[in-house]
Amino acid sequence: MTVTTLTINGELVSASPGASVLEAARENGVEIPTLCELEGISSAGACRLCLVEISGTPRLQPACVTAATEGMEVQTDSERLNRYRRMILELLFAERNHICPVCVANGHCELQSRAIENGMDHVRFSYQHPDLSVDITHERFGIDQDRCILCTRCVRVCDELEGAHTWDVAGRGTKSRVITDLNQPWGESDTCTSCAKCVEACPTGAIFRKGSSVGEMEHRRDRIRFIADARKKKEWSP
Amino acid sequence: MDQNELQAIAEKERKSRKPIRVSCCTAAGCLSSNSQAVLDNLRAEVKVAAIDGRVDVCSVGCMKLCSRGPLVRVADGGGRRDQLKDAVLYESVQPDDVAPVIRAIVDGGRADIPVADRSHPFFSRQKPIVLENCGWVEPERIESYIEAGGYRALHYVLREMTPEQVLKEVTQSGLRGRGGAGFPAGVKWALVAKTPSDKKYVVCNADEGDPGAFMDRSVLESDPHRVLEGMAIAAYAVGAAQGYIYIRGEYPLAINRLQTAIRSAKRMGLIGGHIMDSPFDFNVDLRIGAGAFVCGEETALMASIEGKRGAPTPRPPYPAEHGLWGHSTLINNVETLANVAPILRNGADWFASVGTEKSKGTKVFALAGKIRNTGLIEVPMGITLREIVEDMGDGIPDGRVKAVQTGGPSGGCIPTEHLDTPVDYESLAALGSIMGSGGMIVMDEKTNMVDVARFFMEFCMDESCGKCIPCRAGTVQMHGLLQKICDGNATPDDLALLEDLCDMVRHTSLCGLGQTAPNPVMSTLRFFRHEYENLLRKEAILT
Repeated sequence: MTVTTLTINGELVSASPGASVLEAARENGVEIPTLCELEGISSAGACRLCLVEISGTPRLQPACVTAATEGMEVQTDSERLNRYRRMILELLFAERNHICPVCVANGHCELQSRAIENGMDHVRFSYQHPDLSVDITHERFGIDQDRCILCTRCVRVCDELEGAHTWDVAGRGTKSRVITDLNQPWGESDTCTSCAKCVEACPTGAIFRKGSSVGEMEHRRDRIRFIADARKKKEWSP
Repeated sequence: MDQNELQAIAEKERKSRKPIRVSCCTAAGCLSSNSQAVLDNLRAEVKVAAIDGRVDVCSVGCMKLCSRGPLVRVADGGGRRDQLKDAVLYESVQPDDVAPVIRAIVDGGRADIPVADRSHPFFSRQKPIVLENCGWVEPERIESYIEAGGYRALHYVLREMTPEQVLKEVTQSGLRGRGGAGFPAGVKWALVAKTPSDKKYVVCNADEGDPGAFMDRSVLESDPHRVLEGMAIAAYAVGAAQGYIYIRGEYPLAINRLQTAIRSAKRMGLIGGHIMDSPFDFNVDLRIGAGAFVCGEETALMASIEGKRGAPTPRPPYPAEHGLWGHSTLINNVETLANVAPILRNGADWFASVGTEKSKGTKVFALAGKIRNTGLIEVPMGITLREIVEDMGDGIPDGRVKAVQTGGPSGGCIPTEHLDTPVDYESLAALGSIMGSGGMIVMDEKTNMVDVARFFMEFCMDESCGKCIPCRAGTVQMHGLLQKICDGNATPDDLALLEDLCDMVRHTSLCGLGQTAPNPVMSTLRFFRHEYENLLRKEAILT
């Protein structure tokens, strides 16, 4: 693998060996919106916010799992992409019960930030208002399914970094839920080590520290990358 | 096992046949209308009438005309296939009808039971390649398949051809994937063959899930060995030693017959180590799906085989590059693999002489819906929809054809004015539908097209795996909007929003399920837009 040169939004840029389009963009100060991606764990390509246009490819490609290749021409910002991104965010807000003013993560929420950045100022779809549960059986943490966007960061961080695989997804379609162990209360989980990696990784207020009040839940998402670098590269840079 | 032994088995099978052959369909369609009891009665009555010395009673697979099951065929001619044209095919045979059938055999006449007209276009227009043995061989007896020429192609390939020659033959034949997308099979095989990988796998995708589709099930229930032979040839060509058949759990009979087929093929040395005394090893195992439509998508299918949650992953990497457990993997649909043995037996040019320039060979369709003759048909590519619906299907009992739906939830509705469209990959795609895996549902004028779109959207919504947002949440919203239109509560703005959503879900979803979920809506909007508009709220139109 060697350094590659590619064009992002008309600018000629370089990318580190093995970098994805998303990493190449970040290296060069180009922001691509993401929700399911998190530095330090594998990419799922699930939220579809990071879709970009690549010349010569008929389909939009997720930047997080597409390798940057020599001579690639990438467009990260277009009227069409922005329209799709706003719609994806609208769909997320309509899917579960995201009520920012009473959320522990208000002001520190990636879903909220993406909506603001992408100009999603209203939702055209009908709110689903699903009847969802809150699990606060764990001694220190809780999960409010109302705020979960099924990004599966918790599932991946628990499996890949902690090695506990406490989290997984049950059900399918819009009935999907993240669950602990075999869908038992989190507090009764045999595998959970209470390491809090899922708490730090969660993009919204779905997984929270108990005792947090509105706007108090600040996730330290960079800790995930720190742990991954320490583990894999033996680097302890904050 | 060598050529002589295969021939000896075939010869022994032929000699053991009695002058009269009574075949009863025991594929799922006829079984569901009680053909097992018919078969049992046939066996008993033949003994009672003391004609078991000259009559064979066979349990065979699909005899095509599923709507008139249970089907029983009586053929004299010493169990020879070329004598079949004079056979009598009784329709809707009930257990009580068996006695007259047997009496007719004894007396040398015909029983007073409805008989299918075998000169009808439903039968005469068929071009059996995939279904050549369907309704003839006994699916649970390997000898019957060997007698019909089975495993001869595999033997020839292993003895006389290099893997490169096999690849060349399949490429030249022009065979395209029958799962729906129509990717050239030869190219797919060559990709796997050329990918360096210490292990390779061949997977047969038998996760047929489109509503109204039963082609693959019928092939597996009627002629399972054909698929095994195709897989073994594919494995030889690409260099694989292990195969999996991923079959849905809803097909217990097909699973059962495949298990029997694998066991008997292994016992004869036709599957397993050193096949036919060659250095080629190939094992096949079944993997049974647990009821998720999305597992027909190849990356989700592989995840499911690996024991993971059946959710798709982004492609690339394609299975040829990074397949099962990271190894290069070839995934073909049942019907694609069922075409392989005849291609190698008769040559690529023979296969390429059937069909159109870009779509070679035949296609099996499950003809269903508001039509007189429903059942399984295999037609040459390029036949028009009108020939299928009006000639073979014999039209609609009362009324006229409104549309033909092909491709299931990923396909579209083709209106009656386009019935002269030839059936090939490109022509159907140009009309906003797809060839699909072979479901063909005929709709009459009473059908509400918005409701059809709503039905398919409900299907996609229920079957979405939930991984990517456009499919998971988008299908829910599209279904809601379609329901609103059906209920007469929608405004023009709702219709515009629905169209925006279709465009977005199509272009942003992760896998084929989501990308094609809007197709039924888009195709009905294209040809039946007035039906949507007629359902919108009147006052909103005035403003």
